[in-house]
Amino acid sequence: MLTPIICRMKVEAPRLAAAAQPGQFLIVRADEQSERIPLTISDYDKENGTITIVTQKIGASTSEICAYEEGDSFADVVGPLGIPSDFTEMPAEELAGKKYVFIAGGVGTAPVYPQVKWLHERGVAVDVIIGAKTRDLVIYKEEMSAVCDNLYICTDDGSEGFHGLVTGMLEKLVNGEGKVYDQAVAIGPMIMMKFATLTCKKLNLPVIVSLNTLMVDGTGMCGACRVTVGGKVRFACVEGPEFDGYLVDFDEAMRRQRMYVTEEKDASEHHTCRIGRGR
Amino acid sequence: MANKIPRVPVREQDPKVRATNFEEVCYGYNVEEAQLEASRCLNCKNPRCVAACPVSVKIPQFISEVAAGNFSRAAEIIAEDSSLPAVCGRVCPQETQCEGSCILGIKSEPVAIGKLERFVADWSRENGGVKPVVAPANGHKVAVIGSGPAGLACASDLAKLGYDVTIFEALHRAGGVLEYGIPEFRLPKDKVVAAEIASVKALGVKIETNVIAGRTITVDSLFDEEGFEAVFIGSGAGLPRFMNIPGEHYNGVFSANEFLTRNNLMKAYRTDYDTPIRTGDKVVVVGGGNVAMDAARTALRLGAETTIVYRRTEKELPARVEEVHHAKEEGIQFAMLTNPVEVLGDENGWVRAVRCIKMELGEPDESGRRSPVEVPGSEFEIETNTVIMSLGTSPNPLIAKTTAGLETTRRGCLVADENGATTRPGVFAGGDAVTGAATVILAMGAGRQAAAAIDRYIQSL
Repeated sequence: MLTPIICRMKVEAPRLAAAAQPGQFLIVRADEQSERIPLTISDYDKENGTITIVTQKIGASTSEICAYEEGDSFADVVGPLGIPSDFTEMPAEELAGKKYVFIAGGVGTAPVYPQVKWLHERGVAVDVIIGAKTRDLVIYKEEMSAVCDNLYICTDDGSEGFHGLVTGMLEKLVNGEGKVYDQAVAIGPMIMMKFATLTCKKLNLPVIVSLNTLMVDGTGMCGACRVTVGGKVRFACVEGPEFDGYLVDFDEAMRRQRMYVTEEKDASEHHTCRIGRGR
Repeated sequence: MANKIPRVPVREQDPKVRATNFEEVCYGYNVEEAQLEASRCLNCKNPRCVAACPVSVKIPQFISEVAAGNFSRAAEIIAEDSSLPAVCGRVCPQETQCEGSCILGIKSEPVAIGKLERFVADWSRENGGVKPVVAPANGHKVAVIGSGPAGLACASDLAKLGYDVTIFEALHRAGGVLEYGIPEFRLPKDKVVAAEIASVKALGVKIETNVIAGRTITVDSLFDEEGFEAVFIGSGAGLPRFMNIPGEHYNGVFSANEFLTRNNLMKAYRTDYDTPIRTGDKVVVVGGGNVAMDAARTALRLGAETTIVYRRTEKELPARVEEVHHAKEEGIQFAMLTNPVEVLGDENGWVRAVRCIKMELGEPDESGRRSPVEVPGSEFEIETNTVIMSLGTSPNPLIAKTTAGLETTRRGCLVADENGATTRPGVFAGGDAVTGAATVILAMGAGRQAAAAIDRYIQSL
């Protein structure tokens, strides 16, 4: 457990580990009766055939996953899904001179890690801002500082680092400290990505966001993940998950994300009951 | 005269009862009914039914075995040409294929070929099945992408010829549309689909689930790293279409694919699953194909008052006559000559109604169908909690994008000739990935053609 509500685990999935790239995600199913849930890939080890995933307890299925002991296994793990981050396709010379800033919020810090690591391994300058409610909820602090140039922590309550939001930190870096970036990448709760995008717009900084929409199959079949990007319908699973933040209709995306809040709550309460009865 | 016997009706679950459950609608024939119906077949010398069957099942031969009570022999005859008879007997559009060309149909009613096929398949399954006839292993490896009807048909034929065949399936269950698309009440999953897949496996076919072609593996990695000599792509239809009308992304608007996948593959209708589905009290389904009927009849069974909205008239509905008939019996409302122009939402962004416009049929277009035109000023609202868009699909770009040398049509379908050969040597394709959304049996036909072509290709190497 990284925090009381966020857990990290290594999963053996050789085909998936061999194919995984930064920016991609996967889908797991805890057991025969569970939802398929999309999760981000926070690391992969091609030699040992494992991937690392980080998940936050939200509903029935994620709570079940977080209760796993070492040696347990998922009913299904499938991926990698989605298009790898843009920079993985960029020619080395184009990438070399660029300065990246990553804005990571909460559990969204985990998928930022493989991207930062990938860039760092190729000598690209990367700064990272991690935002969390309070210091106990900051994840990946040590791992991240090992693979980035500068790490900035912000907490809502000021218990660690900058007292305030990631957007305030970014403004401080650019306007206050004169930092210059070519590209921002924001990954975290939808609301954070919305405001990070607004701040980037103000700073005239291009920003990529990674959309954690609802999904069923994750292969382009169901359309549950549809988002409006630049006025067009796009499927986050096969055409994303990363999009140009400036073009995303965040308000619609946030509304769609809340579609099953009631059912998830019911399912987790129902779930507790069953465990109580010694299922 | 044999043809004086009227077509034997098939027993079905009472419409009022079945509207509240997911059990199979049709009970199928029993032994006596099957033999009586089989006795109606004239055993034509030049059977038009066989020519009209996409997989050329030897229909008069199997039917005469049924009439004689040799059900196991009948099953063997069907198995020579079809790997999924219990599926086809249930979901094929027989009225436009075998039964549509039956001589008896000219003056009276055609032989119930579909129901007889189903009877034979079910009888055979319950009595030990058909013993697989497989040629000795020839040492050649073929990969099949997708475990739907096209992939299963292709894999079966190749396995029978002695090939070492592996199917790669993206989802967690094999079967493709048979599993995620067609509902339990038309095609039982455990009893029928799983059993048919088991018989494909009994031919030696391996199935790996949770493998996405274009992501987990690629066509190139199958050739270069895993030693396959040919690849068949039967990846299915793809991305759902929407209408591009205002309000289409309000909460409560689903594609039929999503709605059916949640219910069928994810089993949201069962209370022992933690998988959600939401209908509210009222559901509007937009579209007139079999998928629209499936979505509507599913919504009805989940307890919603359900209306199908279609822009042409009932005559033009692309769905099978039997499906429309069943839907009506169950109490689905049909709003014909009606087209949605906007989805209306409440203050929380949930669907509250669909604004529709009345249509009338205008002049016939190039396809000969009279195209619907809007009646000015005829807008009205239908109150609803859920809107299900069943407007077909457009091809999934994943495999074409990640495979060099595979050409696609302007619409994004894979280019393949009548043998399923794509523009890249050794790569074959068939089913919806090539044709766009079509039927189970056409996909199976394409899978069989490709299997024969793959055999010729590998033998020529």
